[in-house]
Amino acid sequence: MISKPGLAAILNQLSPMYLLLDASGHIERVGSTLQKLRPDQPLQGQRFLELFQLTRPRSVSTMSDLTARAGAVLHLNFRDAPATGFKGALVPLPGAQGAIVNLSFGISVLDAVQDYALTSADFPVTDLTIEMLYLVEAKSAAMEASRKLNMRLQGAMIAAEEQAFTDTLTGLKNRRAMEFVLDRLIAGTGQFALMHLDLDFFKQVNDTYGHAAGDHILQHAARIMLDETRSTDTIARVGGDEFVLLLDDLTDHSRLDQIAWNLIEGMEKPVNYRGQTCRVSASIGTTVSRSHDRVAAPNMLHQADLALYAAKKAGRAAHVIYSPALEPAGPHEPGLSA
Amino acid sequence: MHGLINKAVQSFVVLTYGEDRWQNVVSQVGLERPDYEAMLTYDDEQSGDMLNAVCRELDRPYGEVMEDIGTFLVSHPNLESLRRLLRFGGVTYVDFLHSLNDLPDRVLLAVSDLRLPALDLREHTSGLYTLTCSPGLPGFGSVMVGVLRAMADDYGALVMLDHRGQRDGCEVVSIALVESSYAQGRQFDLGARTG
Repeated sequence: MISKPGLAAILNQLSPMYLLLDASGHIERVGSTLQKLRPDQPLQGQRFLELFQLTRPRSVSTMSDLTARAGAVLHLNFRDAPATGFKGALVPLPGAQGAIVNLSFGISVLDAVQDYALTSADFPVTDLTIEMLYLVEAKSAAMEASRKLNMRLQGAMIAAEEQAFTDTLTGLKNRRAMEFVLDRLIAGTGQFALMHLDLDFFKQVNDTYGHAAGDHILQHAARIMLDETRSTDTIARVGGDEFVLLLDDLTDHSRLDQIAWNLIEGMEKPVNYRGQTCRVSASIGTTVSRSHDRVAAPNMLHQADLALYAAKKAGRAAHVIYSPALEPAGPHEPGLSA
Repeated sequence: MHGLINKAVQSFVVLTYGEDRWQNVVSQVGLERPDYEAMLTYDDEQSGDMLNAVCRELDRPYGEVMEDIGTFLVSHPNLESLRRLLRFGGVTYVDFLHSLNDLPDRVLLAVSDLRLPALDLREHTSGLYTLTCSPGLPGFGSVMVGVLRAMADDYGALVMLDHRGQRDGCEVVSIALVESSYAQGRQFDLGARTG
């Protein structure tokens, strides 16, 4: 039969976080790593259940309660700070001589190595703690690299999406974005208006003063449209000097007429570009969705087109709201001209 | 080639010689993008061209550049996490040397698609070792010379290292451990966490 000191020496080599308890539940011997956690407080001689609190199972208050749990997983922690948590198992010694309790840090090992400045010498060679710490660090480094890549990719994606939906000259939406919003408005229950605005005399400005002046006029027109509409409205440049405005939740004809005339007045104010005075105007065709109609996007664009054509024919610098009377005589197939 | 390797070479050039020199490499090779992504994979042939271009730009032989990259990987403060991962290999330099056989597997545990050539450490007499690097990554032996030299400093060991050239396609490095605790090494704290 091996002596208790002999047993303690062997245990310490295999498992330096062991405790040898006597029959009354006091600590007779303690492993070197476990003792290292409380350097100023000899654990030997203390009562096990006064030093540690059992969190699972909770109903353990005596040594006999404890030995009855032999073989089960014990969850416990130090009663004083730092209240490091442990997993443990108890094995009773033959002849009611006490018990061996073996502890491990479990998942709290990351905090434990920091709190107690443990080194690899504090863990038995068969223990996988060092490998686990290695993996945690390696995983964190790899995750960090992946996270940085993801952030760069996300930034690039947002920039690409913005570009794909934006007219780079004016900063307005482009045709793709307009079609996207129009489909959404049609699918929704709201009523809305679609304005098709075409600049008048833009070609003359371009031909007389050059493309830079033309670009300047387009940017100026974009600003006027932004100023005269709400932030919830969608303004898109859909062609060289053509714009579509989608005005959500706005179907009142007199209100639309007022907005259109504000736009036309704004466009007609002379613009100074490098000492040259440029003048343009605008014609606008508007159509209004009615929720009881089963509208389709090409249909609405077609109606706005007809209204715009009527405005141009009326001598430009005009606003016309679509009515069925504008449809050309004879059968027509809605949508084909859009 | 794995982006981590390409990125390491880029970091080495940028942090040691400056961004301008790296831009020269980029335009020499005609890389589409000036920055490598650590978590992507790149064409092997183009990566080889990039390494050759680095040597031309720095006007130094291939082996020397590879060795410097190895030293850089361990000793540059920006790559502290890599030094720490290597230190997990063992408490002493000798432990570390013996852990090299496991290095490719350890790397795979961390980054599952980064395959390094197999490493084989043999001890001949006490303190005399050879490290055989399998083919697959030209210059890997030289990189290891740089790594081993910097790790010796890290552990405070005194070693003599010699790249013995190739044998059966494998690069062979001889290691003579003169003194395992020659100087005070750098601290390795298990619980320290690097950003």
